[in-house]
Amino acid sequence: MVALNDPLAARAHARAMEGSVADAMPILPPVADDLPDGVAAGDLLWEERIAAGGYASRRLARGSRVRLIDLQGDACASLQLFNAEMPTERLNIADTLKIQWNAYLGVGKFLLSDMGRVLMSIVADDAQTHDALCGASNAASNARAYGDGSNAGPFPNARDRLMLGVAKHGLGRRDVHPCLTLFKGVTVAADGATVPELGPFAPGRAVTLRAEMDLILVVANCPHVLDTRPWSITPLRATAWRGPIAGEDDPIRTATPEGRRAFLNVDDYYRR
Amino acid sequence: MADLSLEGLEGAVVHDEVVAARAPWLHTVRAGQSLRIVYLEGNQAVDFLLYAAADDAERYSAQDTIAAQRNIFLRTGAALLSNEGRVMMTITATSVDYHDTIGGACSCESNTLRYGHHTKAQHACVDNFLDANVRAGRGKRDMVSNINFFMNVPVEADGALGIVDGISAPGLTVDLRAEMDVVVVVSNCPQINNPCNGFNPTPVRMIVTA
Repeated sequence: MVALNDPLAARAHARAMEGSVADAMPILPPVADDLPDGVAAGDLLWEERIAAGGYASRRLARGSRVRLIDLQGDACASLQLFNAEMPTERLNIADTLKIQWNAYLGVGKFLLSDMGRVLMSIVADDAQTHDALCGASNAASNARAYGDGSNAGPFPNARDRLMLGVAKHGLGRRDVHPCLTLFKGVTVAADGATVPELGPFAPGRAVTLRAEMDLILVVANCPHVLDTRPWSITPLRATAWRGPIAGEDDPIRTATPEGRRAFLNVDDYYRR
Repeated sequence: MADLSLEGLEGAVVHDEVVAARAPWLHTVRAGQSLRIVYLEGNQAVDFLLYAAADDAERYSAQDTIAAQRNIFLRTGAALLSNEGRVMMTITATSVDYHDTIGGACSCESNTLRYGHHTKAQHACVDNFLDANVRAGRGKRDMVSNINFFMNVPVEADGALGIVDGISAPGLTVDLRAEMDVVVVVSNCPQINNPCNGFNPTPVRMIVTA
């Protein structure tokens, strides 16, 4: 045990940690050796391993791509999205489903704000098991499932992870809204019953989203609320890079009349 | 002549009000009291938000409710849960099979996407919710997921989803018992571009008993 009874010894002890590596950590500056073709290393914005049970948040400029990878097959990424310059505008799950006339999200679909604008589009998805219906676990549901759900304990719940994530952007409990959960699937049976598809899945499944507005993205990585297994969650990887905004002939923009109008509303917002 | 709208209600009527077509409504219902919504004229969706009276950062959550009951439809016996996972109200009786909680509330902005920009100036539920909430000290951040009583939003096997012909008729009711003191905020849906109100918004009646 090092004697740390004076400030200089404490400083030396702290400084000796430089270069340490943990399973869950941001890489600064970001480094990734698996960027898609055509993406320059200099356009890399964010590289972070998010712990099992952890969370992260990031401001993203319009056009940024965010790739989330379920590294070991049991990640569960619950998302909150806000317009960075006016965070009262945020992801609206009900509008996202209703406007696209479908309850299941995947490649080619877009995520709408409550103001009729596209916050993000899903540009690649080899997971295809996602959930827009059941939302985040909460303290009570984790207490029932694991005996505890507090942020300070070993079984944090997704909703309170999201609360901490939004708080770091000046937001609070009132700003935590219905979420989209990637990698864990829920579909609906004919009688309305929820049908979970929770894996574990093959490692390495990825989803790539494109920011259509300047965003605050918050992601929690906690077990799905319908998961009845003992605590099961594995790390999540987030990578982001710069990219162009959706062009006039972008296939997601042009695929449907609803999408065309939603992108027109984004164009109109940035007409300044 | 007996008032058929009161049939089956227990306790004394402490509040009885007709909400005009297209109008908002806000009322505090105390723990143990019951709220009956009565359809007076016909097909009509009633968009419905709940806040805990003691702490309005605790509010109805469609996702928590769906996850806990493992079903997207709200039927008799459904516990309406808050974002903290607590029971706010219970559906104690209703004359139809189920109610919707995934379809959200119509807004001027979402109407531009569903129907076109020519509908932006029309009445919409989110404006009703804002009108009621802003006067009570809440704002746009407090606009969260809602229930649509008597609205029919089936989900097909491939995920196809839509608001289809309503399931309400004159005289039909839904009864809700408050399990905590709650602020009920309603938009008597003014939508005229889909079948949820039979293309013709009409009044509904709110009866609170204790």
